[in-house]
Amino acid sequence: MTIAVELEKVSIQFGSFTAVEETDLEIQEGEFFSFLGPSGCGKTTLLRTISGFTHPSYGKVRIGGVDMAGIGPNKRPTALIFQNLALFPMMSVAENVGYGLRVRGVARGVRDAKVARLLDQVALSPHADKKINELSGGQKQRVAIARALAVEPKVLLLDEPLSALDLKLRQHMRRELREIQQRVGITFIYITHDQGEALTMSDRVAVMNAGRIEQVGDGRSIYAQPKTSFVASFVGENNAIPGTILATEGELATLDTPVGVLSGRNPTRLGAGGEATLFIRPELLRLSDGTPSECAIPTRVGSAAYEGSMTHLQLDAAAGTRIMASVIAAHASAHPQVGQPLSAGFDPHHAVVLAG
Amino acid sequence: MKGLSITFAATLIVVAIFLLLMMLERKKGGRGMSFFERNGVLIGTYLILAVGFWTIVTIIMPMVFMVDLSFRPKLPPSQVGGPLDEYTLKNYRYFLFGSSTSAEAWNTVHIRAFFVTIVASIILTLVNFAICYPIAYYMAQAATLKKLRIVLLLLIIPYWVNDILRAFAFRILLSENGFVNGVLDWMGLAGAPFDFLGANVGLYMALCYSHLLIMIFPLYNAIESQDHNQIEAARDLGAPWWHIHLFVVMPHAKPGIASGMTLCFMLTAGAVATPMVLGGPRSLWFTPIVYDRFYQLFDWPQGAAYAFILLLACIVFVLTVLKISGLKLGEITR
Repeated sequence: MTIAVELEKVSIQFGSFTAVEETDLEIQEGEFFSFLGPSGCGKTTLLRTISGFTHPSYGKVRIGGVDMAGIGPNKRPTALIFQNLALFPMMSVAENVGYGLRVRGVARGVRDAKVARLLDQVALSPHADKKINELSGGQKQRVAIARALAVEPKVLLLDEPLSALDLKLRQHMRRELREIQQRVGITFIYITHDQGEALTMSDRVAVMNAGRIEQVGDGRSIYAQPKTSFVASFVGENNAIPGTILATEGELATLDTPVGVLSGRNPTRLGAGGEATLFIRPELLRLSDGTPSECAIPTRVGSAAYEGSMTHLQLDAAAGTRIMASVIAAHASAHPQVGQPLSAGFDPHHAVVLAG
Repeated sequence: MKGLSITFAATLIVVAIFLLLMMLERKKGGRGMSFFERNGVLIGTYLILAVGFWTIVTIIMPMVFMVDLSFRPKLPPSQVGGPLDEYTLKNYRYFLFGSSTSAEAWNTVHIRAFFVTIVASIILTLVNFAICYPIAYYMAQAATLKKLRIVLLLLIIPYWVNDILRAFAFRILLSENGFVNGVLDWMGLAGAPFDFLGANVGLYMALCYSHLLIMIFPLYNAIESQDHNQIEAARDLGAPWWHIHLFVVMPHAKPGIASGMTLCFMLTAGAVATPMVLGGPRSLWFTPIVYDRFYQLFDWPQGAAYAFILLLACIVFVLTVLKISGLKLGEITR
C-alpha cells in the first residue's frame, strides 16, 4: 500500500495559540480514516490544512508523495465536503455536481455524461433539474458527495457532514458513505466528534485532544485498549476510579481507591506509588447480590434507566463515587430494587489503569 | 376644472387603484391575522396614518400636481384657470421639436443632452460598480471586524462634506492652474495645462465619487449574507478567483447589485448641483436644462414636462434591465 497523505512534524499556530501541536501521521491509500475529538481539539484545522485553506506553521504536508507547500486548495487533488455542505443554491442539482468539471473546462457533452453517471450512482437522477432547497437533508448530502467525487480527487475530506441529520438518516448515511468509499476506492478522511460514526465507518481512527493526537488505531483497539485516560473516557462510556498504585505484577497493577483495592491492566507500565485512574466499561461489570469477589465494588442501587435493549444502572459506592453499569434488559439482574445492595465485580483484564 | 381639484381627484383615483390591487393580492395570499390584531389598535392606527400621510401627501399629491402642470400652457397668474388654461401637449412637443420659430426640424440640443445624460449615467454606474464591488467583497467576506470598522469609517466620514463643497473642491483641484495641473507640470509631463473641467473629467469624477456609498452598502449587504463556505467550496473544486466571483458570488448578490445599480443610476442621471458646478462649457447634462426651465425661463409647466421625461425614461430603463436580468422589483429590497 502507498501513502496517500503524510504529515511530517506539522504544527499549526494562530498568533500565540497553538491549534495543532507537532504531529506525524501517515494515511494509506484507499483507507477510511477518521479524526475523532471534542470540538476545539484541532481536528477541523488539521483537515483544512490538508485541503489547503490553512497553512502549517511548521512541517510538511504531502499528498501522493508531493509536498503541498505553496499549492492552493484549487490545485490540490483533494475535495472537501463541508459541515453545512455549502451547496450552491442558485444552481440546479446537476449544475452543482458539474461545477468542478466546468471550471476545469471539460467539454459540455463529456461533462453532462459524467454528471448523469454520478447522479445515477447516488440515486438522484430524477432530481437533476431541481434547485437545492427543494431537496431533503439526505438528498443534499448525496449531492455534496457527488459534487466532490466529480473532480476525481485522490483524497475526499469530510468535515462532520452528518451532524445536521436526524438519527435514523445518520445511521443510514454511515452505511452509504462506507459503501461509496469501498466502491470508489479512494482515501476518505473523516472528521467527527461522534464516536459511533468514527468506530462504525473507519479503518483507523485518530483520537485528538487539545491539538494532539492521543492514539491512532482501529476502532476495536481504541475502544478496548485505550492508551491515555482521555481516550478511555472520551470514546464510549467508562467508569473512572482514581487511586494510588500499590503494586504492579506482570501486566497488572493494583490500586488503592476510595471504593476498595482494585486491579487492572497496566499497559503503560506505571510504577508503584504514583497517582493513576482505573477505567472499567459499564457493560463489563458483573452484578451480583452475593458476597463480593476479589475484585469488586460494594454498591447500592441509586437508579435504573430503561432504554430498550439495555438498562443503565447508577450505583452508589463509598465516598460518593458513582458507578455506571449497563445490563441487557432481558437479563434478570436488570431490574433491581432501588437501594438494594449489589456487588459490581469485574475481571482485572477488562479494566485498564492509566496515568492522570 | 381647476388644477387643485384635479390634483385631489387624481390622488383619490390613484389611492383607490392601489387599494384595489392590494385587495386582489390579499385574496390570493389569504393571511389569517388582520392588521389591527397583529399590531394593536394604537400602533396600527399610527402606522396607517403615518404611512398614509407619507405616501399620499408627500409623494402622490405633489407628483399628480406636477403631471397636471406639465400638460398646461405657461400663463401669467391672472389668466390661470381662465379660458386659455387648457390641456396641451406643447411642453412635451417642445422637447422633441424645439420652439416653433426654430429653423431646425428637431430640438437637437435638448435631445442630445438627454441621451448623453442617460448613456453617461449608465457608464458611470458601471464604473462605480467596478470600483465598489472589490471594496464591498473585501468588507463582507475578507476583512476582520477591526479592519471592517476602519474601512467603514474611511468610507463614511468623507460624506460629512456636503455636495456643493466637494464639487467646488474638485473644481479647485482640477482647474487649469489647479493642483493636478501643477503636479503634472512639476513632473514635466504636461506641455500645456490640461483642461480637465472642459473635458468633464471633474464632473464624472464627482458624480462617481458622490454615489460610492449608495453602491457599496447594497453590495455589502448582499455579499455578506453569502455563506463563506460556498466560496471555499468553489475554490476547493478548482475554480479560479474570477470564476468564483462571476458564477458564485455575483449570482447570490444579484438583488444587491440590482438595487445598488438602480439607485446609483437614478441619482447620477438626476444629479443637479454637481453638473452645474463642474460641468464644462461643452457639458450638456440634462438636469441643468430642467433647472433652467424653472428658474431661468420661469416656465414651470415646461420644467415639469422635462423632469417627467427624465423620470419616465429612467424608470423604463431600470425596469427593462431588471426584466432582462430576471429579477422582480420586490427582490431588490431583499
